[in-house]
Amino acid sequence: MRKKLFMCLLLLVGVYFAQAQNGIIGEKVYKTKCLVCHQADGGGVPNLNAPLDGATNVVGSDIARLVKIIRYGYNERVALDGYYYSNAMPANPALTSTEIAAVLSYIRNSWSNKAPSVTLAQVQKLLKKK
Amino acid sequence: MKKQLLLMVFGCIVGLSVVHAQENAGLKLPAGFKAHLFAENIGQARHIAITQSGVIFAKLNYPNKDGKSIIRLEDKDKDGVADNITGWANYGGTGIYVRGDNLYASSDDAVYQYKLDAKDEVLNASAPNTIIKGLLSRRQHASKSITLDPKGNIYVNIGAYSNACQEKDRTPGSKGMMPCPILDSAGGVWKFDGLKTNQTYVDGKRYATGLRNVIGLDWNTTSNSLFVTQHGRDQLNSFFPALYTNEQNAELPGETMYEVKEGDDCGWPYIYYDPMQKKKIISPEYGGDGKKEGGNNVLDPIVAFPAHMAPMSLLFYKGDQFPAKYKDGAFIAFHGSWNRAPLPQEGYFVAFIPFKGGKPSGDWEIFANGFSGLPADTKVVNPRNAKARPCGLAESADGALYVSDDSKGAIFKITFNK
Ligand code: HEC
Repeated sequence: MRKKLFMCLLLLVGVYFAQAQNGIIGEKVYKTKCLVCHQADGGGVPNLNAPLDGATNVVGSDIARLVKIIRYGYNERVALDGYYYSNAMPANPALTSTEIAAVLSYIRNSWSNKAPSVTLAQVQKLLKKK
Repeated sequence: MKKQLLLMVFGCIVGLSVVHAQENAGLKLPAGFKAHLFAENIGQARHIAITQSGVIFAKLNYPNKDGKSIIRLEDKDKDGVADNITGWANYGGTGIYVRGDNLYASSDDAVYQYKLDAKDEVLNASAPNTIIKGLLSRRQHASKSITLDPKGNIYVNIGAYSNACQEKDRTPGSKGMMPCPILDSAGGVWKFDGLKTNQTYVDGKRYATGLRNVIGLDWNTTSNSLFVTQHGRDQLNSFFPALYTNEQNAELPGETMYEVKEGDDCGWPYIYYDPMQKKKIISPEYGGDGKKEGGNNVLDPIVAFPAHMAPMSLLFYKGDQFPAKYKDGAFIAFHGSWNRAPLPQEGYFVAFIPFKGGKPSGDWEIFANGFSGLPADTKVVNPRNAKARPCGLAESADGALYVSDDSKGAIFKITFNK
């Protein structure tokens, strides 16, 4: 019994650290690769770069779309929450699956956003499928 | 009794602070100038044009909620505020220009011409003449700005659909294309006949090239030449962190103003202008290292402004209402930056440069500031925090200056009282 409790605790601590680590990686990727366009507060730039803060798709459940956007870039001129953005978002071929999961989790849980994190397994599965 | 007094004092304070908040519509101006709101919330008002009688036309970036994208504003009771606001047209765009009874408006791929009657009402709202069509519009820098010369030729900016003509746009490590294939049909200013209909690229002439994106342009009647303001490239630090720090990117390259004659080249994408070194520097996508000079055959800017502030309109002031120093000088509306991040943004203001004999005769200065609506000395951290972003400029026959805002659609009127 004691042993089980201990294992449980260990697991919890492990998960906690993994998440914190994820948070740090996510923030680092955001600051170096995304902030320039989507801005420090996730607000984007009117007409130019889409906002991530408060964006329906960003906190939505279509993870496959989000993973694709980060990996392959985005330049579709579709209405996002009713507005169009004219800049071209570049592909990120150099980002690892871990980094993609981390940055997606980061943008889904920063500013006013609150949505389930994206796991490494999810990203790996989606990128393999392609 | 005491209570009443208290209420009165309270009322006075509230009243005063409301009046105070609205003084000069929140703008900071040189002594003697006044500003107020001519209109509010008309939609994303890009460029504006004004007729002899003072009717204003604003081109909206997108049709408003009534589906209109050219807005006509008239101040019938002459109290300085638009009281008769109507509109038409269902295409978004930026350019608008009026000469006599001809009103020109641009979408992102065409230029249309409308006829006005004696009361400056549009006659052919649903059937304009198509003056130019089939212009390249590939999202980035797609807006078409227009101006006319005294002979009636029309100049159209066709912005480059790219940041620095890389093989893959805005992608780290992607090389600059040599020669840049964009320049045959974009990245410059084209000249067309202002009256002929249905012109396409083959009827026009590439008047000036090597301009990444020009949104502000105006004909100077003293020098009898075209002046343009360019939006310089972005993201030197994100693509070349070994060559440029965040701090350097925030100051590079300068936003530049050129006087262009037919056939001139301003150097994009091969070079950019460094306002600190005062040199044309080879772009890193083309082998530059931040120091190597290039572009011996291309124009030097006539003025360089701080980086990324985004000049949206250029207007040479012809009137006599403002003090003598302003006559023939250039007003420039700056949209305000986004690519200075992570540093605070700059440039949500209208600047002025004095001119004599068609040449700048002094340094540029901030003319009207405070459009962001943030308390003095507060930096704009994100463009969406700015209440208003200056975009269009127009001068009325009596010399008042109008400034449009393309975030929520305010039009400010600036006047001077002797
Ligand atoms: C060069 C500017 C630029 C950079 C850098 C950039 N983006 Fe974007 N991003 C855009 C633009 C522009 C759009 C909208 C594109 C469109 O409408 O076609 C966009 C769209 C998105 C969307 C979709 C939003 C929605 O509402 O559907 C997400 C998610 C996103 N970006 C995340 C990121 C992340 C994460 C990074 C960093 C790894 C990043 N972006 C880097 C410009 C950029």
